[in-house]
Amino acid sequence: MALELPKDKWSGSVQEVVIGATAADGGTRTAAVTVGGETTMPFVHFEAETPNRPVLALEIKDFRPNDWSTLLLDVWGEATNDPGAWAKAAEEAGADLLLLSLSLTDPEGNPNTPEAAVKAAKAVLEGSGLPLMVYGPGQAEVDNELLVPVANACQGERIVLGICEDKNYRTLVATAMANGHLVVGRAPMDVNLSKQLNILIKDAGLPLDRVLMDPTTGALGYGIEYGFSVMERLRLAALRGDAMTQSPMSVNVGFETWKTKESKVGDDVPETWGDWEERAISWETITAITLIEAGADIVILRHPESLKRVRAAIDNLITAPELS
Amino acid sequence: MAISGIEIYKMLPKTNCKDCGFPTCMAFALKLAAKQVELSACPHVSEEAKAQLAASSEPPVRLITLESDGHKLEVGNEVVLFRHEKTFYNKPGFFFLVKDSEEPAAITARVKEIDAFAVNYVGIDLTVDGFAVKSEGEGAALAAAVEAVRAGTKRPLILIGDDPQVLSAGLGKLDGEKTLIATATPENWEAMTDLAVAHKASLVVTAGSLDELAELTPKIKEKGLPNLVLDPQVSNFNDGVVKNTILRRMALAKNFRPFGFPIIAYPYKAGVPEVEIALATQAITKYAGFIVLENFAPETFYGLLVLRENIYTDPQKPIQVQPGVYEINQPSPEAPVMVTTNFSITYFSVANEIESSGLPGFLLVADAEGMSVLTAWAAGNFDAEQIAKDVKRFGVEEKISHKSIILPGHVAVLSGELEEELPGWEIKVGPREAVDLPAYLKQVA
Repeated sequence: MALELPKDKWSGSVQEVVIGATAADGGTRTAAVTVGGETTMPFVHFEAETPNRPVLALEIKDFRPNDWSTLLLDVWGEATNDPGAWAKAAEEAGADLLLLSLSLTDPEGNPNTPEAAVKAAKAVLEGSGLPLMVYGPGQAEVDNELLVPVANACQGERIVLGICEDKNYRTLVATAMANGHLVVGRAPMDVNLSKQLNILIKDAGLPLDRVLMDPTTGALGYGIEYGFSVMERLRLAALRGDAMTQSPMSVNVGFETWKTKESKVGDDVPETWGDWEERAISWETITAITLIEAGADIVILRHPESLKRVRAAIDNLITAPELS
Repeated sequence: MAISGIEIYKMLPKTNCKDCGFPTCMAFALKLAAKQVELSACPHVSEEAKAQLAASSEPPVRLITLESDGHKLEVGNEVVLFRHEKTFYNKPGFFFLVKDSEEPAAITARVKEIDAFAVNYVGIDLTVDGFAVKSEGEGAALAAAVEAVRAGTKRPLILIGDDPQVLSAGLGKLDGEKTLIATATPENWEAMTDLAVAHKASLVVTAGSLDELAELTPKIKEKGLPNLVLDPQVSNFNDGVVKNTILRRMALAKNFRPFGFPIIAYPYKAGVPEVEIALATQAITKYAGFIVLENFAPETFYGLLVLRENIYTDPQKPIQVQPGVYEINQPSPEAPVMVTTNFSITYFSVANEIESSGLPGFLLVADAEGMSVLTAWAAGNFDAEQIAKDVKRFGVEEKISHKSIILPGHVAVLSGELEEELPGWEIKVGPREAVDLPAYLKQVA
C-alpha cells in the first residue's frame, strides 16, 4: 500500500489473564481461556494482531430464578432447575466459559447457604469442562459467606470470584490468593474508580495477572454511552502504559439488558417496539457488539441466540482483513 | 484539523509591518488560528501561503447536506476519534433500500410503512432519515421507482447505480432537492461528477483500494465537486473497523484532505437480517455517516435508533429533566409519592411505568445533577439530605394528605438517614428496577 497508514505507537498493553486450569495445571477444566494481551485499540489490525479473542460467557444460576424474563426460562427449560444440567446446556450452546451467579435465597425464600452454594458450584464443574466464574448475590456479607467455601471447594480450578467493590474486596482477594483463583473488581462507570480498585486489590496481594475489571456498562438505551466511553478511555490509558488500567475488561451484558423493559416483558409495551423475542435478542446483541468495539474481553450473556450472533461477529473481527 | 498560531506564523512575511492592524505578525497569526480575523487583512502574504491556509481552515470531515421537501439531514463535521474527547456531532443517517425492479405499488407501500414509523425514546420520536433507490435496469425503471418512493415519503433520497445516464433519469424527478448519488468509480467518475454538479447532488466515491480512493477524490474536487462521501467497500466486521479507522484517523490526525469526507456503510449487503443489524451496530460506533439498511422490522430498528442516540449524546451534557414534582394519572392527595433522579433516562423509565400502571402518583424528581440513581448515589448527589431538601423545596407536603415516600430499591440504604432528615415520615422501599413498579404499586394501593 502506497498510503502511509496512520499507526499509533503505544507503550503499554492489556494484561494477559488465564482463566481455568486443566489437569496439567492442577485443575479439571478441559481447556483454559486466555484473555487480554492487546497492544492496539480494538481490532486495529494494521498496527498489530489481536492476540486473544473476546470470549463469551453464559450466566447460569444455582436455583431457577424467579426474576428472569420468561423468554430466558423458556429457552433454557428444565435445565434451570439443575445447575449441572444448565452448565452442560450452556456449553453445548457454545459458551467459552460459564458464570454461576449465586442467589440470595432458595426458591422457598430461605436464605442461601454455603453448603448449597458449594453443591451448585460442584455440580457446574461436573456438568461442564468450561472455565468458571462465580458471583455472589451482591450483598457484601452474603457474598463472603457463600464465596469463601466455594473458593475452598474449587481449589486449583483457577475460577474467577466476584464481585470485588471498593467496600468489599479483602475477603475475596484473600480467598482467591489462598486457593489459586482470580477476582473481578467492579467500579461504577469511572476510570479513576476502576484504577483505585485495582490498586486496592494489588496492594492486598493479588498479582495483576489474576485480576479482571468490570467498568459497569449499562444497557442499550440505559446509559451504554457511559460504559462505552469509560471502556475506550481505560483501553487508551492501558496502551499508554498505566498499569492499573491494564486488566482485561469483563462486562455483564446479560444482566444489564435483561432487566430493561424492552427485553424483560412482552405485554403493555408500545406497538412500535415490535416482536418481543427478536427485540430482546437484538437488545442483548447490539449491547454486546457495541461494548466489544469499545474493548470488552469477556462478555457475559444470557440468551443462546445472542451468543450465536455475537460469536459470528467476533469470528470475523479477530481475523486480519486483506487490504488491497 | 486546525493548525497552530506558530505554524501560521511561519507562513507569514514576518515583517511586523502592522498593515493588518496588529502590532506583530505573531499576534496576527494567533488571531488567525482562533479564527477571529481573515487572512485577507494581510496585504503581503504569498499566494502559496494563502492556498495552504485556506486548506487548513476547512473542516477535517466535510459537512454534507441532503435536503428535500421539509427535511434536512446534515452529516460530517466530526472532529474527534473518540466521543469522550469532545462529542460526535452529526448522527449518521439511516436509509432503507428500495430496488427499482420492484412493483411501484409495492415500493410505495413499503416506503409509506417505514416513513411513518416513529418510536418514542426519552420523549423524542425517532424515525428513519430517508431511502436509497437502487437501479437494476434502465433509466425509465429508476424514474418510475423514484416516483413511487416520492408517493410514500418526502424524506431525502440516495440514488444508487453505476450508469450516469440511468441515474440522470432518476434525478430528473427530484428537481430542487439535494440528493446523494452513488457511486463514482475510477472508470465513470468524470460523467458522474458532471451529473452531480448539474443536479447539485453530493457524490459517493469508491475505488478498489484506499490508495486508489485517495487518488480519486482530489480529481473530483478539482473538477468542481467538493461534496463527497467515501465508500471504502466494507465487506465484513474486520475490514469495517480497519478501513473506517484509517479513513477517520487520516482525516483528523493527519489532516489528509483526500479522506476528509463522511463515510457510507451498506450493512444490507450482508443479506442476512441479524448480520445486517450487527454490522449497522458497528457502523454507528465506528464513524459511518450514512447507513443503508434493507430489512425493516420495528423490533430491531428501534435498537439501532436508540444506539445512535446514545453514541451521539454529548458526553459533557447528560440529558436532564427539570427537578420537581410530576403528577401522573391525576393523583389525589392520597396518592403515593415516589422519588427518583433527574437523569432523563431514569426519569422516563420511571414515569412511563407509573403511567402505564394506570395508578395515580406523585413523582419527586430530585436534583441529582443529571445522574442515574446508582451513579448519583455513588457520587454523593442523591442522598437523604438532597431528597429531604427537594421534598421541602417543591412543597410535596402541601400536595398530599399522608406522610410517606417511596425510595428506589437500589438506595434502600438511605431509608434510615431519610427518616432522620424527614421526622414523622414513613420511608418505604420500592423495587430496584422501574419495570417492576406497576406490580409494586398495585400491591401497596
